Amino acid sequence: MIGEGPLALDPLVVGVVLAMAIVTALTKIGGFWLLSRLEVSDRVEAGLSVLPGAIVIAILGPELATGGPAEWGAAGVVLVIMWRTENILLSLCGGIGAVVAFRALL
Amino acid sequence: MTETDSSDGDRGAAGERPPDAVDGSRPAAVEAESVTFDREGIRAGFLTCLPIAIGVGGYGIAFGMLARQAGLSVAEAALMSATVLAGAAQIVAVELWAEPIPVATVLLATLAINLRYSLMGAALRPWLERLSPPRSYGSLLLMADENWALTMRELKGGGGRGAFLLGTGIAIWLFWVAATIVGAAAGGVIGDPARYGLDFVLAAVFAALALELWEGRSTLLPWLVALATAVVADALLSGQWYILLGGFAAAAVEVVRHDR
Repeated sequence: MIGEGPLALDPLVVGVVLAMAIVTALTKIGGFWLLSRLEVSDRVEAGLSVLPGAIVIAILGPELATGGPAEWGAAGVVLVIMWRTENILLSLCGGIGAVVAFRALL
Repeated sequence: MTETDSSDGDRGAAGERPPDAVDGSRPAAVEAESVTFDREGIRAGFLTCLPIAIGVGGYGIAFGMLARQAGLSVAEAALMSATVLAGAAQIVAVELWAEPIPVATVLLATLAINLRYSLMGAALRPWLERLSPPRSYGSLLLMADENWALTMRELKGGGGRGAFLLGTGIAIWLFWVAATIVGAAAGGVIGDPARYGLDFVLAAVFAALALELWEGRSTLLPWLVALATAVVADALLSGQWYILLGGFAAAAVEVVRHDR
């Protein structure tokens, strides 16, 4: 049985949640831990240095690909505001406003 | 929060740096630049992350409602948000949730979705490795997509505030957990987060970040490889393997291209 009331804590559920927490913690510290223990060559260092941008693109690409013109237009708005102002908050607000507006219009 | 070489973050440290380290913010300068860990860095991270954490809260409300529908109590949903702190993995987990709980499937999905954090943590190594283990590992536990992006931007910009990840992480954690409780308790008040454009927050953060991580022509090839690999892998594979594959493919191309 899962949960009788809002504050119910089923032992099995708590166990699964904590196991998820441990798995997640290992993924968060694992890459850093491993690289702190390995000698890394210049060549590998160069590969690692492109990771941040590559991960950003790898998350963003499919995210936008599953969207439509509204999301693409709003992403363009974010880029233009960011390029002009370098203000992340302004870019986000502009992007969210744009996506809501474009979805209503398109 | 003592034992820092600068009391007020970046500017105060300028005088103590070796003269050859003051000029640039590009990777070459990273070696010599000082990395601090102090209250100011935590505060700066927290404040910078606040508007984004509010957006994350939108997801948190959605997660809370999904968790409740899946049969978790408010306390169980809150416990998951507080200890796991990984939005996509948690949402998938409660979608997989059933009676009896498919434990192995849930854990495997959690691993697959979160493996990208290993790459993200590795990308922060140049700065975090100069902090003590409790500080670096503790900060990494509060890493999520959004605050990783903000921290990467901050550290690449040369601020040297090593506590930034912790500060942004605290903001994310607070809003994620609070929003989970609100969503789980209130049920269907907000409805679909897409109505308020909150589903676009992640894409917006990453679009803004991509612009800042652009380092000129040399960036183009690895990025195109990452983009093509990720889009194809996303279409062919289930789960979020496409993120890892895109990152690895770009790194592999760069390793091969190095020195040519």
